Amino acid sequence: MNNSQAIVELKNASKSFGEHTILKNISLTVKPGEVVALIGPSGSGKSTLLRILTLLETMDKGNLLYDQQEIAREDAQGRTIYNKQNLSFAKSKFGLVFQNFNLFPHLSALQNITDPLKLVAKKSGEEALAIAQEMLAKMNLEDKANLYPWQLSGGQKQRLAIARALAMRPEILYFDEPTSALDPLLTQEVLRVMKGLAEENLTMLIVTHEMAFARMVADRVIFMQDGEIVEAGSAEDIFERAQDERTKNFLAFTS
Amino acid sequence: MSVEVMLSLLFQGFFVSLLIFFVTLLGSLPLGVLVALARMSSFKPLAVITRVYISVMRGTPLMLQILAIFFGPFFILGVSLSTEWKIIACLIAFVINYAAYFGEIYRSGIQSIPQGQWEAAEVLGYTKSQTFMRVILPQVIKRIVPSLANEVITLVKDTSLAFVIGIAELMSQAKALSASQASMIPFVMAGLMYWLFNMIVETLLNKLEIKLDYYHE
Repeated sequence: MNNSQAIVELKNASKSFGEHTILKNISLTVKPGEVVALIGPSGSGKSTLLRILTLLETMDKGNLLYDQQEIAREDAQGRTIYNKQNLSFAKSKFGLVFQNFNLFPHLSALQNITDPLKLVAKKSGEEALAIAQEMLAKMNLEDKANLYPWQLSGGQKQRLAIARALAMRPEILYFDEPTSALDPLLTQEVLRVMKGLAEENLTMLIVTHEMAFARMVADRVIFMQDGEIVEAGSAEDIFERAQDERTKNFLAFTS
Repeated sequence: MSVEVMLSLLFQGFFVSLLIFFVTLLGSLPLGVLVALARMSSFKPLAVITRVYISVMRGTPLMLQILAIFFGPFFILGVSLSTEWKIIACLIAFVINYAAYFGEIYRSGIQSIPQGQWEAAEVLGYTKSQTFMRVILPQVIKRIVPSLANEVITLVKDTSLAFVIGIAELMSQAKALSASQASMIPFVMAGLMYWLFNMIVETLLNKLEIKLDYYHE
């Protein structure tokens, strides 16, 4: 695979719920190794965008490709048709870390990781165990393997959710406000882990309200408002040289 | 008549009651899952038919259902009723009746599981059926054990309704004995048997509840 080819490519995506337009003609490409921060006020469409990229939501119009494979395409009538054969291919390309972790409460930390490995990635029991232990160690959770999610702190839960996603070897990892359910101390704990992943050149797209963090780790920052990409550029472009009034306003309030 | 003979006749009845009890659970507990899924199906005709089925099962007496299924082939098709048909008809009636109740309990359990569980599994690449079997159902079972326990205990007592088509279960035996012996004792003994058996059922269900208490949400 050519390394400069996009992992994910979204073209002209639009989405409305009834009368309410959530996304207007959004295009977005992420290349290997990039860390992209998606910022913007609540209700700007960031989460819906992430849900479209992770196939939890369908778009009304637009095209979506993962590794050049067509996942969704606009037909001649302008409606978007999803290619059912390619959905599991797409899902093998990305992972998603939720705001509320969404760990499986009836499974131990270890089983939370081994279950998808065995069921979806078709790993043997031993392989799954080895990968899970490696991921737990990477997230500093090796001594929590046999605990259940309810026995973990919020930060530990989110690190476990990251371990579960990473174990599937995604080409891109999406984060949906990963620290919004955490107190400041636990937030720092999770952000440190994510910074480590960025340093390992993991491709990430992060929806976040942590501006200092976005500025520090993001290669590219995208600012959204009212369902549109208002401005996109390097962290400096956005945080120091924002052109659009809306961007400046938002940053003035949050920084 | 000696107490031994009386007891042995009651125990014969009790074994028939147990047969009805276990076959009903074995049939209706899994069938209830299908009922719940059909009831929640996005395919409207299936959902509607299932709703009507549940409504009829819950809205009419089980005794009437047993009679209808037992005599149905004779009155509708003119088929003569064999002796085996009696117990088969009874088991069919119990299974489809309890599947409706269990179906509604499963449904409430399934709908109480947060959407995020489905989404997490979906993003990881689980199929719908893998998600249901591995993620949703185990959590549903923990949540519904108390409601299931209620129904299971009711079922123990409902097995006595089989007497209406002349199945020699515990209640029929007790009634026959009481009449022939002109005695209250058979009823007392039958009552004790139901009660003791339900205490065992309760104990086992409590154990299950404790066993499933290894995690919290």
